[in-house]
Amino acid sequence: MISFKKPEKIEQAIVLMETIAENMMRPVSRHFDENEHEIPWDYIEFMHNSQKAMGAGSLTDAGPKKKEGPRLSFQRLAFTAEMLSWGDVGLWLCTPGGGLGAAAVNATGTPEQKERFLSRMSGDKPVFDAMALTEPHAGSAMPAEVRTTAVRDGDEWILNGEKIFVTAGNKALVDTDGFVVIWATIDPEAGRAGVRPFVVEANTPGCTVCKMEHKLGIRASDTVSIALQDCRIPFDNILGSAEVVDKEKTKKGFKGAMATFDATRPLVAASALGIARATLELLKEMLEEQGVEIRYGLPRSRMTNLEREIIDMETMLRSTWLLTLKSMWLADERKGNTIEASMCKVKAGDVVVKITQRAVELMGPVGYSREHLLEKWFRDAKINDLYEGTGQINRLIVARRILDYSRHELS
Amino acid sequence: MYSFEPSDEQRMLIDAVERYAESDLRPAARAVEEDGEIPAALIEKGWELGILQASIPEEYGGFGDHSAVSGALAAEAMANGDLACTLAVMAPSTFVVPILLGGTEEQKKSLIPPVIDAEWKPFVGAYIEPDYDFYAGEMRTIAEKAKGGYTLNGRKAFVPYADQALSFLVFAAVDGKTQAFIVPSDAAGLTIGERERLLGIRAVPTFELHLENVKLTADSRIGGEDGFDPNPVVASTQVAIAAMGIGMSKAALDYALPYAKEREVWGKPIAQKQSIAFMLAEMAMEIESNRLLVWEAAWKLDVGETASQSAYLALTGAADTAMSVTDRAVQILGGHGYIREHPVELWMRNGRGIPTFAGMAMV
Repeated sequence: MISFKKPEKIEQAIVLMETIAENMMRPVSRHFDENEHEIPWDYIEFMHNSQKAMGAGSLTDAGPKKKEGPRLSFQRLAFTAEMLSWGDVGLWLCTPGGGLGAAAVNATGTPEQKERFLSRMSGDKPVFDAMALTEPHAGSAMPAEVRTTAVRDGDEWILNGEKIFVTAGNKALVDTDGFVVIWATIDPEAGRAGVRPFVVEANTPGCTVCKMEHKLGIRASDTVSIALQDCRIPFDNILGSAEVVDKEKTKKGFKGAMATFDATRPLVAASALGIARATLELLKEMLEEQGVEIRYGLPRSRMTNLEREIIDMETMLRSTWLLTLKSMWLADERKGNTIEASMCKVKAGDVVVKITQRAVELMGPVGYSREHLLEKWFRDAKINDLYEGTGQINRLIVARRILDYSRHELS
Repeated sequence: MYSFEPSDEQRMLIDAVERYAESDLRPAARAVEEDGEIPAALIEKGWELGILQASIPEEYGGFGDHSAVSGALAAEAMANGDLACTLAVMAPSTFVVPILLGGTEEQKKSLIPPVIDAEWKPFVGAYIEPDYDFYAGEMRTIAEKAKGGYTLNGRKAFVPYADQALSFLVFAAVDGKTQAFIVPSDAAGLTIGERERLLGIRAVPTFELHLENVKLTADSRIGGEDGFDPNPVVASTQVAIAAMGIGMSKAALDYALPYAKEREVWGKPIAQKQSIAFMLAEMAMEIESNRLLVWEAAWKLDVGETASQSAYLALTGAADTAMSVTDRAVQILGGHGYIREHPVELWMRNGRGIPTFAGMAMV
């Protein structure tokens, strides 16, 4: 039965998130944009404590599973990402206890691994996690072209290589006792069938943060390079099977690991749409202050340009949000969502970039001024069209899916 | 709770409509377009699916509960076969749905059953007006209070089957508020213009109506003396047409996609070129996302939430989708897309009409 009724539990969570966004995020948004790499400890501690207390903003589904009622965890996550990114996306990326690393563990780890790596999220101190996939020579071609190696040595793996563009890598490895999920190959001859995610914990010798990037936006969030030099980790830190089998049968290996993205792409989409909504709301407020009325229901021949712009923005924002919600609903229902996940990621990237660019343009010198957040959101927005697969890579994924093509047939 | 899955009952309805669309409408679409008429039997077969009838409660002669979601699902599925035929089959909805939503108990009991009790009959709404800036919120057709009733003046356009209509539901402004009136086809002062010559949907005969001092009794007004709230009716037609826009867009995608896999350039299918593959991906994304806008607006109508803004966004999204997707389908077929042997040029012509057709069907 088709329904757009927001579940009560989500309704309650949103109220809480909105309070956090308004009181903990917006007031310091500009500060952490202008002071790159300063760590927002107040926000981090607050989020850590509130997650422990009531699961607010919790990104992982590691708690005891309830059997009753429909599953909502992915949907709730989408609302959380949306609302906190509405607050400030840079700070949202500084939310402890559940980044992409935790998502990978959650999606592909064994119960023992989930316990071992995720239980720290509910400890006394806030803990970060990160995912390291991109390497200096290749981004979108990952994970097929992973050069970082994992060689087995008894009951250990030895990792060697370099990772770049690791979101929150410094917080995961240096600032807190967290972990990074490192993608490495256990068999360079096997291509992507040999690629596996490995968990590398903070303070592991041979794993160092070697560079912090300076960025266009999301400046509150650190983006780092990681060097792995004879980095030894326990054998059991591999996520998925250690066997390289025929690639048609690698459900537990490479393909299983890729399931991570079915959860994380809609999450990025939701976050992008939070920025887009913030922008649209502020734009409408600013116009209203100037006495500009936006009328609904008119044919295009009767609209002002501003009305047309805003209604087009609302249409693209709402339709993309509903698709994002659908892909999370599918995930909660344990139904395949690969195509929807990539679709909403592509559309959200497009939509947030378009809306933030237009808003700055439409507000003229006011939009361009750092007195307001529009220009910041314009800078923050662009990352959503880049990370978790560029808009083009995700278009390829959608196209392959609908055309039933392999990556050899369409690249 | 959110859910994006039709109920079992809706699934059965969709399946039945899909079969009709695929085996009856699609094969006939080109011929009816070129002939400018639809065989009565073809319309009747669609009517017998009972989409409208199932949306009318028993006390008014139907056999179900009103559901805009079900109507939207059916409209999308049918328009996937052919838009013109869908508008023909659903034409009586523009007469019945406003009465159901806004009529007095007496009007519902007396006016609805004759429309839905047996075969398809041309009881139709007259909603659109022949102006570039037509806006449902400010109709230029005016109903003025007169002794014992109302006097109607104005012009209507895109009225299907007006030449054979038994009765019209004419939309007109009463003191600036959009209302609806039952106008018998033999009313004095009502004249039916020449058949309209349109860019698309040529299979459906449509006409202008001219209303010159048409005298109506007071009980002709839907909802009685105080009339009715026009907003759900406006939303209902926006949802219906938006759903059709999505259905037709899906048809265009489903036609262009296998074509792109077959058609080769330099020894490779064109679908293996990113310029084509990305177009197909974008078409699919627009359809998938904008469909949900339509569903959401329909759902709001069903649960009694204010649906006006959602329905408006749904129509905006679906109209843009229909235009861009049908245009891309022609583009993917290249020169062949321009030839009337393929349906994509027809869908492109029909696609441009989606923002204009609001008023021609309701759910």
